[in-house]
Amino acid sequence: MQVTSSVREPLITGGKTLKDVTHDISRQVEGKPSMAWLLALLVSVGVLVLGGLALVATLWEGIGMWGLNKTIGWAWDITNFVWWVGIGHAGTLISAVLLLFRQKWRMAINRAAEAMTIFAVICAAMFPIIHMGRPWLGAYWALPLPNTFGSLWVNFNSPLLWDVFAISTYFSVSLVFWYIGLIPDFATIRDRATGIRKTIYGALAFGWDGAAKTWSRYESVALILAGLATPLVLSVHTIVSFDFATSVIPGWHTTIFPPYFVAGAIFSGFAMVLTLMIITRKVFKLEDYITIVHIELMNIVIIITGSIVGIAYITEFFIAWYSGVAAEQYAFVNRAFGPYWWAYWSMMTCNVISPQLFWFKKIRTSIVATFLLSIVVNIGMWFERFVIIVTSLHRDFLPSSWAMFSPTWADIGVYLFTFGLFFTLFLLFAKFFPVINMAEVKSIVKSSSEKVNK
Amino acid sequence: MERDKNFVLGVYDDEDVLLDAVSKVRESGVKIHEVYSPFPVHGLDEALGYKRSRLPIAAFLFGLLGTSLALTMQFYMMRFDWPMIIGGKDYAAFPDFIPVTFELTVLLAAFGMVGVFMVSSNLKPWGQPRIFDLRITDDKHVMAIDLAANASLGEDKIAEVLKNSGATEVNKKSFE
Repeated sequence: MQVTSSVREPLITGGKTLKDVTHDISRQVEGKPSMAWLLALLVSVGVLVLGGLALVATLWEGIGMWGLNKTIGWAWDITNFVWWVGIGHAGTLISAVLLLFRQKWRMAINRAAEAMTIFAVICAAMFPIIHMGRPWLGAYWALPLPNTFGSLWVNFNSPLLWDVFAISTYFSVSLVFWYIGLIPDFATIRDRATGIRKTIYGALAFGWDGAAKTWSRYESVALILAGLATPLVLSVHTIVSFDFATSVIPGWHTTIFPPYFVAGAIFSGFAMVLTLMIITRKVFKLEDYITIVHIELMNIVIIITGSIVGIAYITEFFIAWYSGVAAEQYAFVNRAFGPYWWAYWSMMTCNVISPQLFWFKKIRTSIVATFLLSIVVNIGMWFERFVIIVTSLHRDFLPSSWAMFSPTWADIGVYLFTFGLFFTLFLLFAKFFPVINMAEVKSIVKSSSEKVNK
Repeated sequence: MERDKNFVLGVYDDEDVLLDAVSKVRESGVKIHEVYSPFPVHGLDEALGYKRSRLPIAAFLFGLLGTSLALTMQFYMMRFDWPMIIGGKDYAAFPDFIPVTFELTVLLAAFGMVGVFMVSSNLKPWGQPRIFDLRITDDKHVMAIDLAANASLGEDKIAEVLKNSGATEVNKKSFE
């Protein structure tokens, strides 16, 4: 018998049956696209095309199109890269880590969060590739391929190369995890469809028949993938932080970076999941599945990770002072009170102060407040990466090479391009794929729905 | 009567009834062909007497392959094929190889295991499964009993066993 608890809040409201779950979630895939969806897609594709112009210009002319200079060799590109990778962390975290911890509230949100992960990692991966300047040669620089220079290999001592392996492994394992989860749901849609749709969803469903034997194997696959993906989530952002931490630049050369970056990634990832989920549940009328309980629990994750990030900022300052290294001390004072003070204090306000508002139950259970704060957190996390990268670089060891950075239209355009790409992919996903994992939600209908808890 | 062609199907609405039913049906001497569900029912594999999956072993072996491949590749390239001293660093330093080794271990373990899962469960894009009942991907659990494998019992007896175990419907299904 299933054990039910009368203490826990129900995860599915509205007294749903198994049939209702199938119906409510397949409805979006099977129906005609709504005007709102079409309009949103149009805007996203518009941004994609307009931003794409900047991308083409960058590829055609070279990265001289960007506002970089000899002192500041990394700016918006790497800021955007780290920011997008960070957003890409919540999906696999929700699926894998929360699966291992047996958190049932992950079930309604994991599918969309994983999709978000995949699209965010695609956007992230674009930046280091474009940043190489001649990306068509990038394969030789990033992958251990034999080349025309003889047996000259990539440098395995470089954290930039570790990043290539980390990001591509993270992307492909997340993709497989996501797809394996989709297979049973594609079978559900296949069995409700006719004609060409039956053929397409039939191919996507890989011939799934729902046999107990397959389910049993499927569950061990999911569990082991979760076990593999959990350290992977932690490793990816750790390795991204190595890009900075293994250097000798004041403000980068810190051992706190790996845990601090991981916490920041989860922080921004959950913020983006909240932004997307609040819109999705409203537009697709999924309030019974993505309930206020889900939103509140995600907000609690935001408080925890936001506080870790806040402590990390303060620790950095303390260690800079305590180390007694003049260059390190200067880097941090310059961050807070130098020419980029506005970026630093935007970061502090958005990341340290704003999530603390979620201590109030009224705020963390309010949809409007959560939506606004989730966007604030994402803005703050972008500033965090900008502050780390640009403020550390713009004051060199030699005052004669000190410089400032301001973005050009191409910097802004390429960033907008990734926004267009992300939202276009997410909208297509939301229309053609089931946004909630039906099979998993069905497995908790008996134990966690409103009906049982009464 | 040919094997795997003619089936008696017991349709169940509730996973707990289904779990009890599996034991009851097996105790009464009926051999179950397979049970189909819209979601994973925990304990069903044990009730059906399935052995534990060996997929963890596959994952481990593929992971081991990833580890050795990564270490061999890095040491061969950096130590033997083209030693490069960059920034005064040792050109074949073991700690530097850990990130790539870890990533390749995870990559091969995950892909290898999923590949084995796909092959062992016969999942492929052109796969045409036998659909016993369309509702098994919606809201019903279906227990399929192969008539040929239970030839000594007869159809009516099987239907009776299924009904007594809590099936809400008992149907027949034949495949070409």
